[in-house]
Amino acid sequence: MAGTPVSGGQPIIEVKNLEHSYGDFKAVDGISFAVKEGEIFSFLGPNGAGKSTAINILITLLSLQKGEASVAGFDVTKDPQKVRESIGVVFQDITLDRDMTVQEILEFHGRLYNMPREERKKRIDELLRLVQLEAKKDERTKNLSGGMKRRLEIARGLMTRPKVLFLDEPTLGLDPQTRMRMWDYIKGVNKEGTTIFLTTHYMDEADQLSDRISIIDHGRIITSGTSYGLKNTLGQDLIYLETSDNEAAIRILQGLPSIRNVKSKTKGFVLMVNEDGTKVLPVIIDTLRDKGIELSTINLKKPSMDDVFVFYTGKEFRDEPEGKPGYLTMRPGGH
Amino acid sequence: MVYGFTTIYWRDMIRFVRFKTLLLSSLLQPALWLAFFGIAMSSSFDKLMAGVPVPPGMHAVGYLTFMAAGIIAMTTLFTSLFGGIVILFDKNWGLMREILASPMNRNHIIFGIALSGVTKSFIQVIIIMVFGILIGAAFFAGFGALQVVIGVLGVLAFVGIFALGFLFLSAGIAVSMESPEGLQGIMTLLTMPIFFASNALYPVDSFPEILKTLSIYNPMTLMINGIRYFAIGPDFLALGKYYTYTPGDIVLSFFGLVLFAAITFLFAWWRFRKAVVT
Repeated sequence: MAGTPVSGGQPIIEVKNLEHSYGDFKAVDGISFAVKEGEIFSFLGPNGAGKSTAINILITLLSLQKGEASVAGFDVTKDPQKVRESIGVVFQDITLDRDMTVQEILEFHGRLYNMPREERKKRIDELLRLVQLEAKKDERTKNLSGGMKRRLEIARGLMTRPKVLFLDEPTLGLDPQTRMRMWDYIKGVNKEGTTIFLTTHYMDEADQLSDRISIIDHGRIITSGTSYGLKNTLGQDLIYLETSDNEAAIRILQGLPSIRNVKSKTKGFVLMVNEDGTKVLPVIIDTLRDKGIELSTINLKKPSMDDVFVFYTGKEFRDEPEGKPGYLTMRPGGH
Repeated sequence: MVYGFTTIYWRDMIRFVRFKTLLLSSLLQPALWLAFFGIAMSSSFDKLMAGVPVPPGMHAVGYLTFMAAGIIAMTTLFTSLFGGIVILFDKNWGLMREILASPMNRNHIIFGIALSGVTKSFIQVIIIMVFGILIGAAFFAGFGALQVVIGVLGVLAFVGIFALGFLFLSAGIAVSMESPEGLQGIMTLLTMPIFFASNALYPVDSFPEILKTLSIYNPMTLMINGIRYFAIGPDFLALGKYYTYTPGDIVLSFFGLVLFAAITFLFAWWRFRKAVVT
């Protein structure tokens, strides 16, 4: 929802008509959004959608080409120094010196931000406890597991008590269990008052973690909203059907009041329904049987973030097996 | 933020002492130069010069003493030119992003790396001087205690300012490069003329005119003037040539090095301003 004013908390990140090109390639193509203080906000999109470029502009590593952006009340072009003082960053790939110890990594970071010695010491102990790395204090980072490294990086990002913590693909390459633990840490950090700006290409991550999500593709924001709100645009439930005559079936069902939208798939079609699917389904089955149409497959599910993504971008996010129910492969309004 | 460079310095020194192989080789290498090249060359040169009479009242020094100053200079040149390589590694491994996204002023990266490079050179130079004296270089020969202290400080001052100049240059090049191989290539290309078009191993007087002019203004020569002045004395005879330095010459050499460091700092400052690391 480009340019939509934010209600509630004060906007802590504000971006207007941001554009960024690498040569002829427009990586970010006129995006606008605002992040409220205290929320977890996600950029959800596939690799190459422009997420990292946007984040790099906000954290002042890339200079702003076109548009406006401010973080914590400071303009990224006019006041980059103040922006840097207000933020913490966890980068997409591991950025730890392999030959420094866990303690030294945090010490180095604290010194970069000019934290007083006593405060550094206290904060390091506090954070190592938070991310459960106390026992690894004097271990060199090359000896840590992937999950430990990520936890250390999150601890580092929090070292200076930033107003906003930027997390670029925080759980990339981690196993499912470690990812869930990571989400808990991130939620915990957010509860303590840090606003979180997150980019991810994991649907479940955006879904589980964020207060609000912007779906981004080809450098544009396709849609924004809460996880619940986005899923709700697809109706309450999704029903996948394969029948003996799909075209006729679609024609008939489109007339039913509880059907919001219909999408054709390779072997069948998907119905988005406004009501509880378990109640609508018997009606659908009866209607089709009356017209002499045979049903071969039925599947009922709640819309997921994947469905939302596919609905808005018109493409499958990951490679899915052919004909898997619930996926909506056509753009809204298109055929 | 005033002391930001100490953070960069601290980290670089941790790495210096932590990589044992690098540490040991960087300390051994200059001593080996002196031991093999120095002793081999000085035994042939001293034999050649043996027949040449020393004019009365002149202070003649052996070739080992003469070239030890050159080895100090060479070691400093190598260490300093490669001192910036950590910046390239940090850039390639993404570590630089942490630093660039922090509020620390970017000049402190340059200062921090330069300071740790100077420290490394000081350690190496002291090793060479001690080892050189052990194997027969006549450094600080006949000096009083105070003169020795002044001599050592003088040598370190010249080493320090020269090292700064090349560390700034190295940092500026490193932040502009993409690959360590490319950096290695450029550095090797630079070392050769700087080292050989200088008075490190031989007098420059008999060079062809153009080479001679280049050599006289070469920062390497300026530094070696200072080292010889402080470690050997204001006048001495080496390789049949009479060297004499007035305090004015030495001050001028020093300011030449200060100018060089100022120019290379501006270069590094400009390159860091331009650098985009994402």
